[in-house]
Amino acid sequence: MNTDDDLKGGVTSGLGHIMPAGVDVSHGPILYLEGITVSFDGFRALNDLNFTVEAGELRCIIGPNGAGKTTMMDVITGKTRPDAGTAFFGQTIDLTRFTEAEIAHRGIGRKFQKPTVFENHTVVENLELAMKADKRVRASLRAKLRADDLARIGETLALIRLESEAGRLAGTLSHGQKQWLEIGMLLMQEPKLLLLDEPAAGMTDEETARTAELFKQLAGSHTLVVVEHDMDFIASIARTVTVLHEGSVLAEGPMDVVKNDERVIEVYLGR
Amino acid sequence: MTTFTIPGREPLFSGKGWAALLAFLLASVVLVPVLFLAVPESSPFHLSAYFVTLIGKIMCYCVVAVAMNLIWGYTGILSLGHGVFFALGGYAFGMYLMRMIGREGQYQSDLPDFMVFLDWKAYPWYWSFTDQFWYSALLVVLVPGLLAFVFGYFAFRSRIKGVYFSIITQALTFAFMLLFFRNDTGFGGNNGFTDFKRILGFRISDPGTRATLFAITALYLAGCLVLTRALIRSKYGRVLTAIRDSESRLMFSGYNPLWFKLSVWTLSGVLCGIAGALYVPQVGIINPSEMSPANSIEIAIWVAVGGRGTLLGPILGAGIVNGAKSFFTQSFPEYWLFFLGILFVVVTLFLPKGVAGWIASRKSGDKT
Repeated sequence: MNTDDDLKGGVTSGLGHIMPAGVDVSHGPILYLEGITVSFDGFRALNDLNFTVEAGELRCIIGPNGAGKTTMMDVITGKTRPDAGTAFFGQTIDLTRFTEAEIAHRGIGRKFQKPTVFENHTVVENLELAMKADKRVRASLRAKLRADDLARIGETLALIRLESEAGRLAGTLSHGQKQWLEIGMLLMQEPKLLLLDEPAAGMTDEETARTAELFKQLAGSHTLVVVEHDMDFIASIARTVTVLHEGSVLAEGPMDVVKNDERVIEVYLGR
Repeated sequence: MTTFTIPGREPLFSGKGWAALLAFLLASVVLVPVLFLAVPESSPFHLSAYFVTLIGKIMCYCVVAVAMNLIWGYTGILSLGHGVFFALGGYAFGMYLMRMIGREGQYQSDLPDFMVFLDWKAYPWYWSFTDQFWYSALLVVLVPGLLAFVFGYFAFRSRIKGVYFSIITQALTFAFMLLFFRNDTGFGGNNGFTDFKRILGFRISDPGTRATLFAITALYLAGCLVLTRALIRSKYGRVLTAIRDSESRLMFSGYNPLWFKLSVWTLSGVLCGIAGALYVPQVGIINPSEMSPANSIEIAIWVAVGGRGTLLGPILGAGIVNGAKSFFTQSFPEYWLFFLGILFVVVTLFLPKGVAGWIASRKSGDKT
């Protein structure tokens, strides 16, 4: 029953000091996973995974199916609790202690593999629902959009190029447009860290190029973790690539180095 | 930028909508009482007590459908136990009506007939203060509300969803039915409460009392509609629909669905409870069969027939199904259940959005 207070931040972390409401990245990493293990019925989806992302980075993750990419995102966003290991967002926020909604509030946004938007709401309503705000019951009963909220929605609509579709039901958008709407919804949340699961899937080449452009623009002020299969897309945005295999990190480094790594070629890229 | 409606800024009702609401209120508060009370029985315009009671009863069911629509149509949570909230509201108010019988019962005792029959000497503790109208009115809200809150809290916190939730609600109403069937429970066993005489000093059989109850029910139904519309138009309403369409997206957007589900679930239960309290004095009986699983399933059918997630659909559905029910049970009683079954199948196959959705799609011209 502590959720409502937690959402405001400023709760004690149990270590005798007050946790700041925002994410503390004064010592570098914004995301810090150590020794994460997750098993489903004996199958180890994640096996002693160690993974660190620096603030402002644009990190790409590749790996064959079943490598644990989605499970890792589930752990970071609070959907799955790890059997062992620690997961920290910044210096102070222990991700294993919070629910999905609380983690979202603290600044982690997640895009699903299959584009997931509210199909029976208009594009504008989707952005409104995602917008950073007091998201508790009482506040939502009285919520009114102010002029600056509308301006923000307008900016995001322009960024995701859905201005002309603003009043349409999200369910009627094309696949690529849904992908963008979901990215727009993430941005409305004003997250510090964005987890993007196959953001370019189903997009035209032009849309993919624009998405790459957008991500490069966002990096720096945001931290992005992108899971993709489209190697061209990764090559166009990647600075550092992490290869997952059987639930742990197989290789990590610049794209050129990873691409030529023997083991990576063996398990993923193929000869 | 193209034009779009800014969320939350559309009017509560259109001009036509307000006019229709006003017409409904005038008809039920002025026209029906006049035709029932003032127009002589010989006139073809006279309304019979049977008709007024039947429509009053159906309006109570309409409220239940509206409440069901809030939780199922808009939030996507199918309850197959809403009858329990309706019946508990009815029983809570029925206790007051039983106390008001006084010594006019068969045994001319201070206790209700069924307690005399069971040879009880005094009221059990939970009947305390039920001779006070205000206290019973409070129970009408609190008992269904508390049950809904506690049940909902544990179910939603455990993230029980979909068909599992529906089955548990079905078990809930079944358990209450078995409990209320027992004589020892102190609510009249399988006969329930009946033979009411007075309400707030007025004789229940008086046409004036009937007309008043009818008008109050109509006002309450209209109030429930306005409330639904206001909720659905707010951001709260958009969150409810988002729970229905993609709960995980909503969670990862920073909403905790628990409190949204629990609040609308509890509200829905309370609305049903009050409807039950208005039902009992008009129909004159409440017994455990109101809690039978089949009754609660029927509530879901009303909403499905009328149209889930539409404002007026549930009222339409409750009206159509109950109108057909009174016709069939009088003329062809043995065929009623067949008809209900066929109706449900036809609606599910051909009218996925119910009658209201069908009318809307006819209007907008797209043939689906």
